[in-house]
Amino acid sequence: MSAPAARRQDPDRDPGLQPERTRLAWRRTTLSGTVCAVLAVKTALHGGVSAPGVVACALCGVLWLGLLNIAHRRIRTLAATTAPAAFAPRHAAAAALCTVAMAVCGAALVL
Amino acid sequence: MIEFVRNVRLWFAPAEVRQDGETPDYRFSLANERTFLAWLRTALALIGGGFAVDQFLPDLRWGWRVGLALALLAAGVLCSLRAVNHWVRCERAMRRGEDLPVSRFPALLSLVVAVVAVAMVVVVLVGWEG
Repeated sequence: MSAPAARRQDPDRDPGLQPERTRLAWRRTTLSGTVCAVLAVKTALHGGVSAPGVVACALCGVLWLGLLNIAHRRIRTLAATTAPAAFAPRHAAAAALCTVAMAVCGAALVL
Repeated sequence: MIEFVRNVRLWFAPAEVRQDGETPDYRFSLANERTFLAWLRTALALIGGGFAVDQFLPDLRWGWRVGLALALLAAGVLCSLRAVNHWVRCERAMRRGEDLPVSRFPALLSLVVAVVAVAMVVVVLVGWEG
């Protein structure tokens, strides 16, 4: 009978845990982004340290930080209120563009 | 295509989305956000797969390796652009109280992934023989 007891303690809490699930989805996404960035850095520095490799590395690092920054802000918003506002299209576009830029960076490295 | 360009304008104009209809239950928006994030993870996985093909199949011929890597990277790009586009369309449909948009993209993506997987099997087998 722990679930009803928990509900009684905090009536504002969403029983479906939607904000928490969204927060964890953001965490998973940053984890995927980290794996991607590590693979990009490995590709960039594969043939020894070179100027284009270092530039690509730095670029991927910046994109990774961008993604982390968006996720961090969103997670803070989700944690702050019980009924958080909808995600801003600008931030969604920024997150997607970080991903696209990483792929473009990868295409340049592969070629 | 024109619809896509109109949606791209919406990505950077949050106020315009908010003018449409009325705000849905926050849980619907959060569910939409999670779907967007799942697609973004799919895109990141495809891009990571592109890097992995380039890095971990060094015995392949250059053309095959680069071709496969570029195909996966391109799929990742398409997937992330489509993720944000679909998210905007769903958000707008919910605000207007319309049906959620349907999409051919999941079927297309799964076909592409299947083709790349088959190509990968063939290439690895042929590559080992050669």
